[in-house]
Amino acid sequence: MIEALGPAVVGWSELPLLVVLSSLVPGVIIMFLAEEQVRLRNSLNLLGAVLKVVLVGLMLLGVPLGAEYEWTLQVLPGFELSLVGDSLALLFVTLSAVLWLVTTVYAIGYLEDSPNRTRFFAFFSLCVTAATGLAMAGDLFTFVIFYEALTWTTYPLVVHRGTEKAVRAGRVYLIYTFTAGAFLILGAVSLHVVAGTVEFVSGGVVDPTAVATAPVRYTVVFLLLLAGFSVKAAFFPVHGWLPVAMVAPAPVSALLHAVAVVKAGAFGVIRLLHSVFGIEVAAELGMAQLVVGLAVFTIIYGSLRALGQDDLKRLLAFSTVSQLAYIALGVALMAPAAHVGGIVHLVHQGIMKITLFFCAGLLSETLEVKKVSQMAGVARRMPLTMLAFTIAALGMIGLPPVAGFLSKWYLGTGALAAGAPWVVAVLLASSLLNAAYFLPIVRTAWFDERDSEWIDRGRGPGGLEADWRLVLPALVTAAMALGAGLLGGLDLSPLGWARLIVQQGGL
Amino acid sequence: MNAAILYALAGGGLFLLGLLGLLARSHLFWKVFGLNFMGSGIFLLLVAGAPRLPDGGADPVPQAMVLTGIVVAVSATAVALGMALRVMSRTGAPYLSESGGRPDSLEISEPEEAP
Amino acid sequence: MNAPELWTTVAIVGPLAAAVVSLGGGRRHILGGLALGALASCSAAVALVRIVFERGVVRHHMGGWGQPLGIELRVDGLSVVMLATTAVVGTAISFYATSYFGDAADPRVERSPAGRGARFFAPLWLFLWTALNGIYLSADLFNLYVTLEMLGLSSAALVTLAVSNKAVEAGMRYLLVSLTGSLLFLFGVALLYLGYGTLSLEGLGALEPSGTPAIWALAVMTVGLAAKTALFPLHAWLPPAHAAAPAPASALLSALVVKASFYVLARLWLHVYGVGMPGGALGRPALVVLGVLGGAAIIWGSLLALRQVSLKRLIAYSTVAQLGYLFIMFPLLPPVEGLGGGGGWSVPAFSGGIYHALSHALAKGAMFMAAGSMSYAVADDDIRAVSGVAHRLPMSFLAFGIGGLSLAGIPPSGGFVAKWLLLTAALESGRWLWAGVIVVGGLLTLAYVLLVARYALDVEREPASFRSVPRRMEWAALGLAVLAVILGLRAVEVLELLSVGGFAPWR
Repeated sequence: MIEALGPAVVGWSELPLLVVLSSLVPGVIIMFLAEEQVRLRNSLNLLGAVLKVVLVGLMLLGVPLGAEYEWTLQVLPGFELSLVGDSLALLFVTLSAVLWLVTTVYAIGYLEDSPNRTRFFAFFSLCVTAATGLAMAGDLFTFVIFYEALTWTTYPLVVHRGTEKAVRAGRVYLIYTFTAGAFLILGAVSLHVVAGTVEFVSGGVVDPTAVATAPVRYTVVFLLLLAGFSVKAAFFPVHGWLPVAMVAPAPVSALLHAVAVVKAGAFGVIRLLHSVFGIEVAAELGMAQLVVGLAVFTIIYGSLRALGQDDLKRLLAFSTVSQLAYIALGVALMAPAAHVGGIVHLVHQGIMKITLFFCAGLLSETLEVKKVSQMAGVARRMPLTMLAFTIAALGMIGLPPVAGFLSKWYLGTGALAAGAPWVVAVLLASSLLNAAYFLPIVRTAWFDERDSEWIDRGRGPGGLEADWRLVLPALVTAAMALGAGLLGGLDLSPLGWARLIVQQGGL
Repeated sequence: MNAAILYALAGGGLFLLGLLGLLARSHLFWKVFGLNFMGSGIFLLLVAGAPRLPDGGADPVPQAMVLTGIVVAVSATAVALGMALRVMSRTGAPYLSESGGRPDSLEISEPEEAP
Repeated sequence: MNAPELWTTVAIVGPLAAAVVSLGGGRRHILGGLALGALASCSAAVALVRIVFERGVVRHHMGGWGQPLGIELRVDGLSVVMLATTAVVGTAISFYATSYFGDAADPRVERSPAGRGARFFAPLWLFLWTALNGIYLSADLFNLYVTLEMLGLSSAALVTLAVSNKAVEAGMRYLLVSLTGSLLFLFGVALLYLGYGTLSLEGLGALEPSGTPAIWALAVMTVGLAAKTALFPLHAWLPPAHAAAPAPASALLSALVVKASFYVLARLWLHVYGVGMPGGALGRPALVVLGVLGGAAIIWGSLLALRQVSLKRLIAYSTVAQLGYLFIMFPLLPPVEGLGGGGGWSVPAFSGGIYHALSHALAKGAMFMAAGSMSYAVADDDIRAVSGVAHRLPMSFLAFGIGGLSLAGIPPSGGFVAKWLLLTAALESGRWLWAGVIVVGGLLTLAYVLLVARYALDVEREPASFRSVPRRMEWAALGLAVLAVILGLRAVEVLELLSVGGFAPWR
């Protein structure tokens, strides 16, 4: 029976729509729930998250079997909302779905007894809907719709606490993101006017001969779109909103930094360079080189700023600024190995960074530790948390066997193949800088002595160091980071998937 | 000069006079009278300026318009006067206050009275 | 059942009869009247939409009298789209009003914000509805004058239903402006009849009015209509009037009434005179003048909205700004060589402008109704009081937020579709400056919408007093807001409908 049903279900070409709905419907329902309906709300959230993972899994099964996933809805003459399940989309959507499930558990634990959870979880679901939608967007029109939706769905999350600081952070966030959105919509319409189409096509949709005859126009289009993506991708100099947005609760920072907002910006850059313009055309216009330059500068800048930070979340924010640029760097170089490195780092960075933020949240919730200077000897009290933190930190630095090493390796070999050996120097320098700000934290946590008592909020069940709903997700994602590194050689790993995408020309 | 043209010009002049009065006078009743003058001016223009039909008779359409127009003008005047009376009874003066007339300013405004 | 004559009659006579019924004053009369009016308008709208889709433009010569003596009604794509929007928004507002005014027959109706005037809302509103339907269906100049006058009288009276000095003065000022506008319009009608011998819009179009007397007529009529549409700099009467009126009245004034005079202006400029078109009167500079005034309205209106402390005044200034947006479409209309159109104007420009009018009607209706619910609950219109009440009226503030996002052109929403179309028109014809104005306008709109959102998401404060809001009121606001979103996801049918009647002057 299952064998008969299976192919039919896996073959549903409307699966992408269902994936989006799996968080949209719970989100909308939750809006109408009362604050006290905790059980119902949590169940809806978890159900939606699990369902999403299952549906994505079905698509993952289907693609190798040759299933084609596409759903469209005509909005305007000539423009449709289009969701596709190609291999690149699936990579991002799988990341989103899995991490959403993990973060949902974490958020339920973290926000226990805090006010306005209805509003929080409703927008939480909606923001994941937007992220999923843009992951699977089949053209720039659809992408823009979900990309802008991502901004307003995340705003209530950023200002959740309602304090002066939160409100101000929210205002900064919106000024940056909506201004970028203005550039984005201008760019998208220009693309339509100049190139006649806004579809995403592997290898680029613009006609190289057309570009050769009107390079200025195409350059303007590229720059507008790049400006649109730069803010969320936190390139220098428009990265300023990210450290400020750290005032949000930890689950929000985790989601924003690993899955939703910043990855959307990076994903946009990938789409721009490979699905709209094509890497060769972009290089012809000198735009790929521009992105490389921006990325390199941001990598170094982010790491340098992270060095001076004592506030843990701000330090992680600057680290994100730096790490995201790796993705852009990878996809802007003219070598397949670099592309693999860039794409797989989307996943690896996501998993590692979310682990770090989970740990930061654990420290602040259980021991009110928010600064590095307060972390002396904390590993004694919270060994599991610091274990997860250490694994992720090592990955950030690029040490095997954690996944970060693999991304850097591919980026390095790709840089050499692309004839840009200086990039390798940048990567090494960046790794050193990462070590310079992560290793001291690890050292002080494990090897230093604490001189006063902890402000202890208590342990979890069975003497566990904290609420299990906070610890488990951190351990799971740390394990994933380790696994992605150790098992990178397998086809089923993120690295294997990225290599498949690049080899099959799915980029 | 043709009598019709004279009357038509008079109609136009009446219209302008009414408009002037409306803008220049601040007493509400005078404003309403100004509007009436404007209306009458248009009616005069229409009746006087109406083309002649080939058989020598007048074109009936403008006359129909004027009749309807008069009805409309009467109702509008009634509403306007009624409202003016309401303003007078509330504010005690047959003038619109200054603040209402120049609400546009970049200073931060007061909230409305509780509705 | 398929006769257009039946439905155009229903559309006008229905609300008129309903108005008479509601004059009875008792609760049954009022509710019956409102229901009858809504039913008549909605059924006529649905029927006429189908008829226009199937048969194209249809005409109804009342009483069988043709031109020049008869009154002709004409239904094309634009008319029916405006008619349908009026029906939908009007029904929602009627629904809202039944709760807002409470039991109108109750002598202790002091609890209702409108005081004793409550029982006059229904008849006045139904007369207004009659006038609106009449305007959209009329095809001759004098009929337009009569219906415009009827519209002005009932609107001004509605403003004074709120028993405050401000309302009465604002209503008086509004009435004076409205009557002046109508008389200027009538003067133009007189000139046109004396010059061309016809009152029929189509007949006039066929005679290709140009030359000094026709231009003078157009100029005078434009000033009158611009005053009624509150185009900068003739906008000063609007904010006090829309802010002081009772909430349902504010909603229909901003959403519906100002659109009617805009519609008449558009018909005259585009279909009858063909301004700026090859072979039409004047030239593109005249259209640019309208566009510049529109741009000034956007900037001035938005800046002033930011300075308001009263929520309703903020929304009213937003109307001033958004009406400016409607005029931006004018300079974008003339086709550029090579883009064809066959004598017609730019399709995306026209569609975008009208679509913006539709989305604005829905969104503004929702926003004023939400603001009205807030005032109903806490008897306070101050923006800062929003933080006390937003948590208790989440649905209303959601409606406000969605409406605001639609106005700013943030997806998914009708406003976004309109913005996309207008930007396409601007960039297609190389009119970069207007594209910039459109985008900046969107950002300014966001500024004042987020001013309110900032308070809504703030830390909760206890309001001094709180009265629970009838569910009906919240649902009406939210319903319109949701429709604004739906318009953003499915524009194809509406745009197809708009195209009936062609995008060219009537020659």
